[in-house]
Amino acid sequence: MDNTIVATHDTHAEEHHHSLPQLRHHFETEEQQREAGTFGMWLFLLTEIMFFGGLFFAYLLYRNWYNPAFVAASNQLSIPMGTVNTAILITSGFFMALAVWAAEVRKQSLLVMFLILTTVFGCAFLGVKYFEYKEKWEKHHIPGASFDVSEFINPPVSAKTGKPIEEPLSPDMARKTQIFFVLYFAMTGMHALHMIIGIVLLFWLIARARKGDFSSGYVAPIENFGLYWHFVDIVWIFLFPLLYLINRHPGT
Amino acid sequence: MSATSSTIVNLPDQRTATIPKKNYITAEHGLLSWVLTGDHKRIAMLYLISITFFFFIGGAFAGLIRLELLTPQPDLVASDTYNKLFSMHGIVMVFLFLVPSVPATLGNFLIPIMIGAKDLAFPKINLLSWYLYLVGGVLTLGALVMGGVDTGWTFTTPLSTHYLNTHVITAGLAIFVAGFSSIFTGLNFIVTIHRMRAPGMTWFRMPLFVWANYAASILMVLGTPVLAITLVLVVLERTIHIGVFDPQLGGDPLLFQHLFWFYSHPAVYIMILPGMGVMSEVISTFSRKRVFGYTAVAFSSVAIAVFGFFVWEHHMFIMGVSNYSALVFSLLTMLVAVPSAIKVFNWAFTLQKGSITFETPMLYAFAFIGLFTIGGLTGVFLASLGLDIHLTETYFIVAHFHYVMVGGMLMAFLGGVHFWWPKMTGRMYPESISKLSAIVSFIGFNLTFMPQFILGYLGMPRRYHAYPAEYQVLNVLSTAGATVLGVGFLMPLIYLAWSLKYGAIAGNNPWQATGLEWQIQSPPLTENFIETPIMDHEAYDYEWLAHKTEQEVTTVG
Repeated sequence: MDNTIVATHDTHAEEHHHSLPQLRHHFETEEQQREAGTFGMWLFLLTEIMFFGGLFFAYLLYRNWYNPAFVAASNQLSIPMGTVNTAILITSGFFMALAVWAAEVRKQSLLVMFLILTTVFGCAFLGVKYFEYKEKWEKHHIPGASFDVSEFINPPVSAKTGKPIEEPLSPDMARKTQIFFVLYFAMTGMHALHMIIGIVLLFWLIARARKGDFSSGYVAPIENFGLYWHFVDIVWIFLFPLLYLINRHPGT
Repeated sequence: MSATSSTIVNLPDQRTATIPKKNYITAEHGLLSWVLTGDHKRIAMLYLISITFFFFIGGAFAGLIRLELLTPQPDLVASDTYNKLFSMHGIVMVFLFLVPSVPATLGNFLIPIMIGAKDLAFPKINLLSWYLYLVGGVLTLGALVMGGVDTGWTFTTPLSTHYLNTHVITAGLAIFVAGFSSIFTGLNFIVTIHRMRAPGMTWFRMPLFVWANYAASILMVLGTPVLAITLVLVVLERTIHIGVFDPQLGGDPLLFQHLFWFYSHPAVYIMILPGMGVMSEVISTFSRKRVFGYTAVAFSSVAIAVFGFFVWEHHMFIMGVSNYSALVFSLLTMLVAVPSAIKVFNWAFTLQKGSITFETPMLYAFAFIGLFTIGGLTGVFLASLGLDIHLTETYFIVAHFHYVMVGGMLMAFLGGVHFWWPKMTGRMYPESISKLSAIVSFIGFNLTFMPQFILGYLGMPRRYHAYPAEYQVLNVLSTAGATVLGVGFLMPLIYLAWSLKYGAIAGNNPWQATGLEWQIQSPPLTENFIETPIMDHEAYDYEWLAHKTEQEVTTVG
């Protein structure tokens, strides 16, 4: 039933303003459908903010309580890797923004290309994250039975100054570094999970874009996915300073 | 008794009346047409069946609890079993009955019709939310069959993470999934109310039922994700001991309380607000008057939603929180009483000089106003710090929240189901037996929970299956009341099922009510309206209705 409308639609799409085949029966107009979709997406992102909010709240609380442990533990994170990853993710978001534009101007091949680039940079982010996680694994900084605090109690001595590179922590405080790593893995892990879900959705969108689903003025899925993808970027924009950057070397 | 003055019921001539051949029930046939439907009315009916099922499961637990408490000795069940009984009672009733009760059934059915839309904005997400609810329900039943949970419905850490060997993870996941069902329902309502209103349906022409559900939806959307992440952390704590809530590793069990109650206190308003919406509709219809102070009632719903987010710490007054923050939260908690009182007073003024009739929904409404007021006022007792320390963890608390949740919400739910039953099914429920069941429920309810206020004040702690012998008289009264209450809840199940086949044909507008839902056929068409309605009058405009009926008579005649 819908297919017949699609067939006649392409030829007349430019001249006529008759409704899209994707207009669902319960909406009066395309505009209403589009507004409802976008509004729904924003609300969903609001729930996501609240979802991450619990973790951010826990992070701020424990950072306040166990500041020395959090400072020492955050020094274990690699700023170069974090910076590179931030750049990769912003680039991915940039291509997503271009993809939305390409859909709006109905350029099918550009849309597909930008979606693929978005996916590639998204995967690159996860790749870098893999190496970061691997390093934590090797250093026994994964919370659990094999978690090792010795590095925080007896930090290695710097060859240049002859002093420890890090302020040594009392054993009691050193154990609190585990809380930092729990939150680090929970927050970045939850973020990575959102990336993975996003990438799966990207594959689906690419397949649909190649069929030309979004080349005739129906751009709502691309737009709404764009909102989701930018949201995931923004979560990282908060995670990066909180986990990697704030107050790295007080005193020393 | 003269029939003309004592009732407003206006049924079509039963000898000639028929149910419209074409309606949402007969539109398609077969089980698949129901379980794959996108029609908000069918999804509402699916919800109605599922939540009724879980209500009676939860009720069975309550029955066993009351039976154990008949005697001071622990003689019916072992203490572990008793812990599981009250935990499962709480989990099932809160997450699988009260939270979805009015929004997912009546709200789902009525909100699109009341604002003149053909469906909710996202029919597929609406169906998805019912499936998520079912998955949550099946997981809960799974936890039950495997041996149950005994944390209480609050999953208090470190009890839930370190000390118990029951199915906390399964139950936690069940609530996690059911939570997303509630998030999607709320999201759907908000988008629908913002974007799908018919021409002329301004915000202040919407029925107050819609306003109340809108306020509840805000709470669902903002609160439930916090519960979700909290349960994830509990599950991780239990499985891989991450330490976020474990003091031995530097974590803080009180953090769990903050996160849990950040959702679970607003959840109380998720449960009660839609019930208040039902009340506004019912009271207006059976007093033949516009709701007094429409704007105040509408805004008080939103005010309850906003204040509701800033009171959660009153669950933790005895847990060593700072005295200063306790003072602030005590004050904020008392402030919630203000918008609640605005509603109750406005309902009272609506009744004043109205042409009141006493059909079943109105009886439930009177029960609601009285019982909710008692529940709300005892809430103010508990908000005051000194009294809270005396009464926390006693039966006073149990009685307080049952007055709000059962005396308030359940009465509102039953009132709403009776009120819109003719619209949903096209047939009337039997009036006299349903009046009887409303009265039986009211008596049973008070007999069950009034003694618990006294028990709590005397110091009987909750969550124990044995108690000193001097508390027995009041406990026997309470158990007797629970039996009466059980009868009061079973009766509607039977006569409503009976009415599906034998009830009188209701016609479009048996109550002569003003809402858009009453201007269309019963049961409605799948697309609700033949053409998009245009709203050219205020809500609860009985003169408009009288004028409209007059015109119909003259044009037809």
